[in-house]
Amino acid sequence: MHNIDARGMSCPQPVLMAKKAIVEKPQTLEVLVDNNTAKGNVERFLKNNGYPKIKCSETGETIILQASR
Amino acid sequence: MESKKAIIIAGAVIGFLSALLVKMGNPANMGVCIACFLRDIAGALGMHRAGVVQYIRPEIIGIVLGAFVASVGFKEFKSSGGSSPFTRFFLGAVVMIGALIFLGCPLRMVLRLAGGDLNAIVGLAGFTVGIGVGIFFLNKGFSLKRNYKQSTVDGLAFPVLTMGLFVLLMAAPAFIFFSEKGPGALYAPIGISLAVGAVTGVLAQRTRLCMVGGIRDVIMFKDTYLVAGFIAILGAAFIGNLAFGNFTLGFEGQPIAHSDGVWNFLGMLLAGWASVLLGGCPLRQLILAGEGNSDSAVTVAGLIVGAAFAHNFGLAASPKGVPVNGKIAVMLLFVAIIVISVVSSELIQVSGAKKGVSQHA
Repeated sequence: MHNIDARGMSCPQPVLMAKKAIVEKPQTLEVLVDNNTAKGNVERFLKNNGYPKIKCSETGETIILQASR
Repeated sequence: MESKKAIIIAGAVIGFLSALLVKMGNPANMGVCIACFLRDIAGALGMHRAGVVQYIRPEIIGIVLGAFVASVGFKEFKSSGGSSPFTRFFLGAVVMIGALIFLGCPLRMVLRLAGGDLNAIVGLAGFTVGIGVGIFFLNKGFSLKRNYKQSTVDGLAFPVLTMGLFVLLMAAPAFIFFSEKGPGALYAPIGISLAVGAVTGVLAQRTRLCMVGGIRDVIMFKDTYLVAGFIAILGAAFIGNLAFGNFTLGFEGQPIAHSDGVWNFLGMLLAGWASVLLGGCPLRQLILAGEGNSDSAVTVAGLIVGAAFAHNFGLAASPKGVPVNGKIAVMLLFVAIIVISVVSSELIQVSGAKKGVSQHA
């Protein structure tokens, strides 16, 4: 499981961090973000790049995206 | 509302309304221009004394308050800040000076193109190269580091100050300057400008519309979501300009533009590069500032101060061309932005930084 903490990062860093993380094609990936823009951007990127299954949950101000191949 | 259809509709509405604002009295190809309008506001506040570009543009007020209301309504308002504020302030000024060499922010570049101004193609080429250079540094680890939650007051300050601008516009006290001639004296009725601004602010907040992001995401991620909005603005403004008889194809004699290709290219290269480092174009910075992001509010302050310097130091271009001072400033700012890009990336190991320590960047 790859974990990425992209909370507080401005565009396009959350997506860039996700892009770097999927280079090794992990089966699952967890990305933490803290705003809807980053959530939408990361979701769209992962869906377009081989991670169609994305589970989304929220705890406090953190949005957790769990993606799998 | 993050579907491609939504951003295309949003872009089309904004593009058409921009053409309409010109019809209603705004300067040609300047339905909405964030750089020009912040510059006009800087002039109205007396921060520069270029008499032809002083007006409190209601579009800016509408955009910020539209984004503020939309973000509150959709529970996206969030006070945050602390991500390299002074670097952002400086980069904001750099974007503004680059834009005032070309004579327009990325949004006006699109609107100029939609009005048949072919100099905008040269600007677009420079802008794209600038974005490419910025992406090179992003890929090398460039980061302004993360932001943090701030007090609600901090996030509210910018929208509240913007309301204060509206009061100054309506009250028009003697210490506020309003142009009597030139582009600053050309404006649509206040209510219409404010309404178009508000619609733009709401739509841009919901769709995350961003001129820099459009080209950046295509190059970096092969993602065409944001660029679709960019193209929709172009198409709709083009149709609007044709309908209102405001389309003239050519390089020479274009409204509030010059045809010095080298400096159109370099001005937008600088603006594009700095905008990528900031994470968004001037429009996007206004929207984020309306959403409570004080880093973007600081960036807008940088844009305004950059505009004041640009006119006080004789850097800004005019239809006559680019002054020598402006050319020198662009060269110096290229040196500055190279330094910022290199030191904030992972190209060099800053002494004292331990290798192997995991970075959040």
